[in-house]
Amino acid sequence: MSGRLSRFNAASLALGFAFLYLPILLLVIFSFNASQLVTVWGGFSVRWYAALFRNEALLEAAWVTIRIAFLTACVATLLGTLAAIALVRYGRFRGRTLLTGMIYAPMVMPEVITGLSLLLLFVAIGLDRGFWTVALAHITFTMCFVTVVVQSRLLTFDRSLEEAALDLGATPLRAFLTVTLPLIAPAVAAGFLLAFTLSLDDLVIASFTSGPGATTLPMRIYSQVRLGVTPEINAASTLLVGFVTVGVTAALLMRRAARAQADF
Amino acid sequence: MGGALRARAGRLVVIGLPYLWLAIFFLLPFAIVLKLSMSDPVTAQPPYAPVLDWRGGPGHWRNFLLSLDFENFETLWGDDLYWSAAVSSVRIALVSTLLLLLVGYPIAHGMARAAPSVRPILVAMVILPFWTSFLIRVYAWIGILKPEGLLNQVLLWLGLISEPLSILNTQTAVYIGIVYAYLPFMILPLYSALERQDPTLLEAAQDLGARPSKAFWTITVPLSMPGVIAGALLCFIPIVGEFVIPDLLGGSDTLMIGRTLWSEFFSNRDWPLASAVAIAMLLIIVIPIVVYREIEAQRWEPRQ
Amino acid sequence: MSLTLREVRTELNARAQPARSPIGAVRRSFAPWADPSAVPLIRLENLTKRFGATIAVNDLTLDIFEREFFCLLGPSGCGKSTLMRLLAGFEQPTAGRVILAGADLAGVPPYRRPVNMMFQSYALFPHMNVVKNIAYGLKQEALPRAEIESRVQEMLELAQLEPLATRRPDQLSGGQRQRVALARSLAKRPKVLLLDEPLAALDKKLREETQFELMDIQQRLGTTFLMVTHDQDEAMTVADRIAVMDGGRLVQVATPGEIYEQPKTRFIAEFVGDINILEGRVMGGEGGLWRIETPMAEAPLAIRDSDKALDTGQAVAVAVRPEKITVCRAKPAGASNVIEGEVWDIGYLGDWTVYRVRLDGGAILRASVANASRFVERPIDWEERVYLAFAPEAAIILTR
Repeated sequence: MSGRLSRFNAASLALGFAFLYLPILLLVIFSFNASQLVTVWGGFSVRWYAALFRNEALLEAAWVTIRIAFLTACVATLLGTLAAIALVRYGRFRGRTLLTGMIYAPMVMPEVITGLSLLLLFVAIGLDRGFWTVALAHITFTMCFVTVVVQSRLLTFDRSLEEAALDLGATPLRAFLTVTLPLIAPAVAAGFLLAFTLSLDDLVIASFTSGPGATTLPMRIYSQVRLGVTPEINAASTLLVGFVTVGVTAALLMRRAARAQADF
Repeated sequence: MGGALRARAGRLVVIGLPYLWLAIFFLLPFAIVLKLSMSDPVTAQPPYAPVLDWRGGPGHWRNFLLSLDFENFETLWGDDLYWSAAVSSVRIALVSTLLLLLVGYPIAHGMARAAPSVRPILVAMVILPFWTSFLIRVYAWIGILKPEGLLNQVLLWLGLISEPLSILNTQTAVYIGIVYAYLPFMILPLYSALERQDPTLLEAAQDLGARPSKAFWTITVPLSMPGVIAGALLCFIPIVGEFVIPDLLGGSDTLMIGRTLWSEFFSNRDWPLASAVAIAMLLIIVIPIVVYREIEAQRWEPRQ
Repeated sequence: MSLTLREVRTELNARAQPARSPIGAVRRSFAPWADPSAVPLIRLENLTKRFGATIAVNDLTLDIFEREFFCLLGPSGCGKSTLMRLLAGFEQPTAGRVILAGADLAGVPPYRRPVNMMFQSYALFPHMNVVKNIAYGLKQEALPRAEIESRVQEMLELAQLEPLATRRPDQLSGGQRQRVALARSLAKRPKVLLLDEPLAALDKKLREETQFELMDIQQRLGTTFLMVTHDQDEAMTVADRIAVMDGGRLVQVATPGEIYEQPKTRFIAEFVGDINILEGRVMGGEGGLWRIETPMAEAPLAIRDSDKALDTGQAVAVAVRPEKITVCRAKPAGASNVIEGEVWDIGYLGDWTVYRVRLDGGAILRASVANASRFVERPIDWEERVYLAFAPEAAIILTR
């Protein structure tokens, strides 16, 4: 049944992926456009990349964003994994429904509300806005995504492996660290990556919770974009797209290699 | 025994740590928004009153509670602007979700029918745009849709139009932007549901005399409903509160409640009103969630 | 513990007829359950386990002795797996005690019990190779490196895994994985090894080979094995004693021979092996020889069963195994227990031929005859009238 694609299916796939990738492709192409105008092709040039690396504000914002994203990913992965364990392994406990609600709510809540509420919190407790407030906000809203990813892996995890470890003399903590964790590591890593990306990409929440000296890259891009199209942004986008493509391809190839190794 | 005590302590940490974090950074802010929605704007720092002083005595608490009111909600209720924004947001979200289904279903279906070795690559290709910046992808459409943009260039060159279409800063652009940005969120649940379907079901249907198109509508589509609902909700709910896309691609005629909240907060500096808008938004969103959970509960009940 | 009637009788029988060997294959020197001074290694006392409204194990009391190969046999849902998990420590009893080597195991977590389990799914750690899997339990004991290495080597030899030492579980066949699981669970030299349907996933030939291997290993190491299975042939092959369970209770605990030839209840008689049941009524009897009237035969049956005390007119069931019934064309002269019927079905199994014979009353009896020679002149055919016969000692009387 699968293998021979009908014409309709093949056409859908082709058109669909064209739709998804065309804008990105255009971004990349025009990052090499010597002319500033989108309408005119002025020849191949890398001047915008040069301009990008001279753009102090943009580079500064990028550095801030990466640091926040890394911090967020680390803490969110830790908290999210703990929450996933609590939900999957601990059955009924007091306050379980509340915890579940608190974990899933940020996923569906519009970012404007999350941003607003956290800013109000920081104001109410008198915390100065800046790097740390953005990080706290990002950790809060990315944590639930990590929980979802890890939880779905934990649910399919073969519990008899843990029981075998216990039976062989490992305490529950040891069993978790030596048996469970290595085997759910891919899911935890996926959660880490997810939290990192979400933090890197966030505009709305960062806008609400940031302060002087902690302008993130999306915030910087947003303010520049409102003024008009600048090909420097194209250059930055192309770099990002290239980076991500390399990363995803590498991950795919690594998985292929790992699987091939396992079959004798 | 020491072991049992350590186990209890471990459990406390595992549950307690995320709990504590969320209680401080989710519940507390939420309570504050609620309280603020019932306060009045004031030209001061912070720009709202009354301000709760923890150390104040019972008298202070009483005064605090008495000065809360529903004035902001009355404003929302009475003013056309907010109503329009709410209605408009829901309308745009519904239409967008429908468009997403129309565009996403064929793609997900094609992916599910592809050879098993190709499928992971296709999934990666759908997820890849998701990993690149949301903002950048929306920004890309500005370059395409503006009067001097690529779309008009191509259409003019092909001779299909004589004057550039003004798509940017209209609702059409917003729809295009939303569909583009949320497509992976619609495709993945649909793909997941379709891929799980037993292909021999279709063979059985054809064996019993149904043409492929009939088999599709009577078997594939109904069985994929859980995926359809999951995808629809995964898209509808965030779209209602969407801010970036209407702000960058839409014009002043595109009213969405996310923008309203933003402008109340940043432009008008009316924090209490913005909070009231937030509460109103939540109410709009809660209803589909409750409906969804009811459907889910009913789906599982008969089996138990 | 005073001698039971059976023990007295066995003693007397042994003295009276020394030429007759005890029924079933037993290690004649090994029968600690018969020794009144022996102290059991495992004692389950009034053990009960409830899951909500369901009672999985119901007030169960059982003694298991050191060096025994003990089997828990029963249909699915009878509670045998729950019983094993109670012993391993993965479940806590609702009532009753689990006592191991004199110590009450209440509240002791699985990682502190001198008991190890071999899981049905093997539960090999996929991210560790064979050596690391086997060494896992030893590492938890914080043994010195050299000792761990030598023990692992010992286990590899025991389970014949040396060429596979560096392989990972997904690079092994089912039978190889099973041996790794066995080696891993024996590495810590537990007092008791629990085996949860260890051979279920293997094909028939491999299963038979492995059964003998298991018995061999158990004998060599002297570990007490407690095995759970639903396959009665398996239980009969490996076990020193079998406990048949049903509905959370023990129905009979005895050696395989006793279970097969002296089932206590109809359930056991029908559960283990094939059996023919003839309903009837006691007409009378003395000295262990009973006359049973049954609608299935013309003449009353003569059954020797000195175990029972029966009243005249009591309704009983006579149980006789198919292999103990002879099939002839002509009515055997002077034989007791002759039943006439028509051959309804013949099943040729190569080593045996199974005849299903339909009696005049409509009931069907099974008789198995060994194909002792390669040629038979005029083999018995379908729809032939035949005579089934069995000796008085070949049957047993069941009252429940």
